[in-house]
Amino acid sequence: MKKLSAFLLSLVMVAGLLAGCGGGDKSATSDSSAPADSAASANKVVKIGVFEPQTGDNGAGGKQEILGMQYANYVQPTVEIGGETYDVQLEIVDNRTSAENGPSAAAELVNRGVSVVLGSYGSGVSMAGGAIFEEAGIPAIGVTCTNPQVTADCSVYYRICFLDPFQGTVLANYAYNELGVTTAYVLGMLGSDYDQGLVYYFTEAFEALGGTVVAESFPEGTANFVSYINNAKSAGAGVIFAPVSINYAQLIVEAADAQGFDGALLGSDTWDSNKVIESAKGKNISAYVTTFYQEGGNPEFDTGIKEWINANADAKTNNGGNDMIAAVTAMGYDAYFTALEALKAAGSTDPKAVLEALPGVSYEGVSGLIEFDDIGDAVRDSAFIKTANTETGAWDFVKVQSVE
Amino acid sequence: MTSSKKKTIFTAAVLAVLLAVCVVVDMTLPSYHIVVVVIKKATVYSLVAVSMNLLNGFTGLFSLGQAGFMLLGAYAYGVLTIPVDKRASVYQYFDGGAIQFSLPEIFSGALGDTVGTVVGMLAALLVGGILAALLAYLIGLPVLRLKSDYLAIATLGFAEILRAFFQWNTLGPITNGSNLLKSYPAFSHATPYVILAGLMIAVIVLLINSTYGRAFKAIRDDEVAAEAMGINLAHHKRLAFIISSFFAGIGGGMMAMYMGTIAAAPFKSTLTYEILLIVVIGGIGSITGSILASFLYIFSSEWLLRGLDAGKFLGISAPSVFKNGFRMVVLSVIIMIIVLFFRRGLMGDKELPDLLDRRPKKREKEAAGK
Amino acid sequence: MQAILPYVINGISVGGQYALIAIGYTLVYGILRLINFAHGDVFMVAGLVMVYATTALPMYVALPLVLIVTVILGFTIERVAYKPLRTAPRMSVMISAIGVSYLIQNLAFYITGGVPQPVTNPIPWISENVTIFGESTKRVTLVTPVLTIVLVFALVYLINHTKIGMAMRAAAKDFETAQLMGIKINAVISMTFVIGSFLAAVGAMLYFTNYPSVAITSGGMPGLKAFVAAVFGGIGSIPGAVVGAFIIGLCEEIIKGLGYTTFSDAFTFALLIVVLCVKPTGLFGEKVTDKV
Repeated sequence: MKKLSAFLLSLVMVAGLLAGCGGGDKSATSDSSAPADSAASANKVVKIGVFEPQTGDNGAGGKQEILGMQYANYVQPTVEIGGETYDVQLEIVDNRTSAENGPSAAAELVNRGVSVVLGSYGSGVSMAGGAIFEEAGIPAIGVTCTNPQVTADCSVYYRICFLDPFQGTVLANYAYNELGVTTAYVLGMLGSDYDQGLVYYFTEAFEALGGTVVAESFPEGTANFVSYINNAKSAGAGVIFAPVSINYAQLIVEAADAQGFDGALLGSDTWDSNKVIESAKGKNISAYVTTFYQEGGNPEFDTGIKEWINANADAKTNNGGNDMIAAVTAMGYDAYFTALEALKAAGSTDPKAVLEALPGVSYEGVSGLIEFDDIGDAVRDSAFIKTANTETGAWDFVKVQSVE
Repeated sequence: MTSSKKKTIFTAAVLAVLLAVCVVVDMTLPSYHIVVVVIKKATVYSLVAVSMNLLNGFTGLFSLGQAGFMLLGAYAYGVLTIPVDKRASVYQYFDGGAIQFSLPEIFSGALGDTVGTVVGMLAALLVGGILAALLAYLIGLPVLRLKSDYLAIATLGFAEILRAFFQWNTLGPITNGSNLLKSYPAFSHATPYVILAGLMIAVIVLLINSTYGRAFKAIRDDEVAAEAMGINLAHHKRLAFIISSFFAGIGGGMMAMYMGTIAAAPFKSTLTYEILLIVVIGGIGSITGSILASFLYIFSSEWLLRGLDAGKFLGISAPSVFKNGFRMVVLSVIIMIIVLFFRRGLMGDKELPDLLDRRPKKREKEAAGK
Repeated sequence: MQAILPYVINGISVGGQYALIAIGYTLVYGILRLINFAHGDVFMVAGLVMVYATTALPMYVALPLVLIVTVILGFTIERVAYKPLRTAPRMSVMISAIGVSYLIQNLAFYITGGVPQPVTNPIPWISENVTIFGESTKRVTLVTPVLTIVLVFALVYLINHTKIGMAMRAAAKDFETAQLMGIKINAVISMTFVIGSFLAAVGAMLYFTNYPSVAITSGGMPGLKAFVAAVFGGIGSIPGAVVGAFIIGLCEEIIKGLGYTTFSDAFTFALLIVVLCVKPTGLFGEKVTDKV
């Protein structure tokens, strides 16, 4: 009897396996004809991989970044490659924010035959996927992964955003010179290379200016930031710099308000999200962030994407329920067009040709001019600084800050 | 006699076929192909699952510290194999780190590039295993006196403490703190993984079939009786714990190879739970079951069931149901069904050669009679 | 004094939250000898239900709904995942508990899309800021310990002075004999899960008012810490669990205040191991030599 049940069970599992096989093949073939509008045209298809988190700590940010790419794809669904018109198809794979899922998600993209990859939002998972892309010889365009390591050791990784050393320095300068603060409290998540990288560069720059820094880390999954805020208060800090993911940023805003922290909160590009500003609305705090794009920077893009988001219920949900444009969305949009430029320059959908053409690409995007240096990093020397307007619930532009 | 010979031939044949399949896969598919990637991951999980089974299934010690020992193995591997000239960039916040040698490079000097690198990588894996075993010895001193669920929660706690230590900035020059370790050498094909894990598992099988293995099983079945039969409980429990941790450490090193980057974050208690559930699916007390379950689990979660997340599965298109996360829901429902209704899992306590037995019950009786 | 005051206030509040979860662990362990690994996830589900219910419904409907849904969940888990394994080895039940935890987390992942859900519509009054001894904090911080103590007294009364309470005590003392004495053991067990889930739901409302974001892993750490509190206080003992929870909450916040933030979670586990090795029966536990 037991033997029989065990046998039946394994039979079920094997059946599931076979079914899965069949399913896998089918979904692969049917995917290529997925977009309804392109099915009608007889154009060839070029695939662009989207390597982004849709779940996990960076899920919310990743989704907003994908929105930018989807909107770009909606605006410009075709591309001229070598005299032929190709339909562009986005292949979206969720890397779940985590390094251990990076390789298989990357392999899945390679398996789907993409010519170029966009992403990711975070740096850790980009590095984990980078090895697979490098083996496969597929170029990858990092969108908002700001850790220097992403491109430093990977021949196929390029990126269109600024880097942590730059961002950390900008914020340190702003805190010391503009806000006139001499003691800063910095807080990052344990085990997050993004947080700790920015903490490092901020500390370095802030101390070089003559300030004092108190640095602490919180374990993953922390919800109670009350004692951290109290530590900042007792250290006499005039500013709390917390380059953390959106979820923690919300909790820190909440705790700072509850504990009556009267200094400023400083955030990195992750903070520039409508979710964070929603938390800050009506609170008694002040917050400043550095970011890649300021709403209003390109009115044509702004109105276009707002219309698109409002007309598309799924997109609106993914954007957090309103039509405020996150900087990462603009970056996703630019990344898509950068990829198209590379495809055009390559004159072929072969990843190797795209990889050769990519370094020479120059594209004027909504977030500024995009060009690559020898390492593959974007040549960018300025960042936008915004502040949270707690009355209107919007990010107000403060200034463009650059570092020489 | 003929039956046991038949079994040996059968086992050898199955293993040879599997290895051949793996070699063929490696020769026909590029190393970044999804099939190669899932084979690598499944192989690593197999080794770790078998090591957990040794402890939980064969010795009856319910430990949940597997992720901690894997963490140690993974870090040992990374720290010892990163090439010296890459250290400055990997340890960018810690002035290149405290350790300025790399085992593969040391061995390359003596043995030539290819052989030396491989030997160095294996040596680093071994060191990881030994460190994990040492730590297991130390942890075992207080913890192994506890029973069942208390042991489980205490080992879980140790794994969490270990994770905090590895992320501690003060140890940064060695562990790189919260930042990733990367740029270390790794096998890109699946066959080395299969051979390596296969050898390790073979060692575990030999161990289980030795007097030690029989003592472990006796402890699992009845501690008091085992002690009465002259089995030194403390000694054997400690031994099982150390050996299991040793292989978990090596598994962790291989996991590092597979992932390409090392951080402490993946080695959370969730990883331990996942491996425990794999052991349960395969059958507690069956090595074959653990391996089979690892492959089934990884293949379906990483590859075959991806359609469940992407909107289309088996040709059925239902984007509103088949959205992100559905795959894991389906998997966990299957797991719960197995836990509740098929408690023996896929294989029960049977092994591969036992599949040849037509009438297992009769044979069991005979064996019991002897 | 002024310097440590905010840490103490916060620590007591955190302790109160852990206490409400810890009671669920200690009650179930007292009777079934089972670490209900899914209890932390029940807590998380209560938080999620609160997020969804408070956005869709008026507060006076939403909050009772949270309690009801959580209690039904706890009851169902026991009936579906633990009851069929009553005669199975303890390890099987524990594996089942881990399986349930895995299932709940994956389900929550599926429903939320894996993105932490902010509490956009917090419970009024208790989510407001107040100033106490010159320190600003949320009112819920002050309400939590008071509410916890009130609920614990109610529970102790229930256990010591009602029929079902007597049955629970009997079942905790000797499972089989209690059954022979005509106690409907399944009803008693269901009751413990109902009480445990109810308190977890109350705990979740307070916790997620204070820290307004529910992630699928939100239940994990508070759950484990509450379990440690239950062990520390002497598993099976309700006052023990509460005292243990307050001590752990206080220690944790003070450790953060001293600057060892890296180890604020690790400390709890270190404490667990020390307690298990030195005094496995905990502060108030009865002598149970055969269990540890």
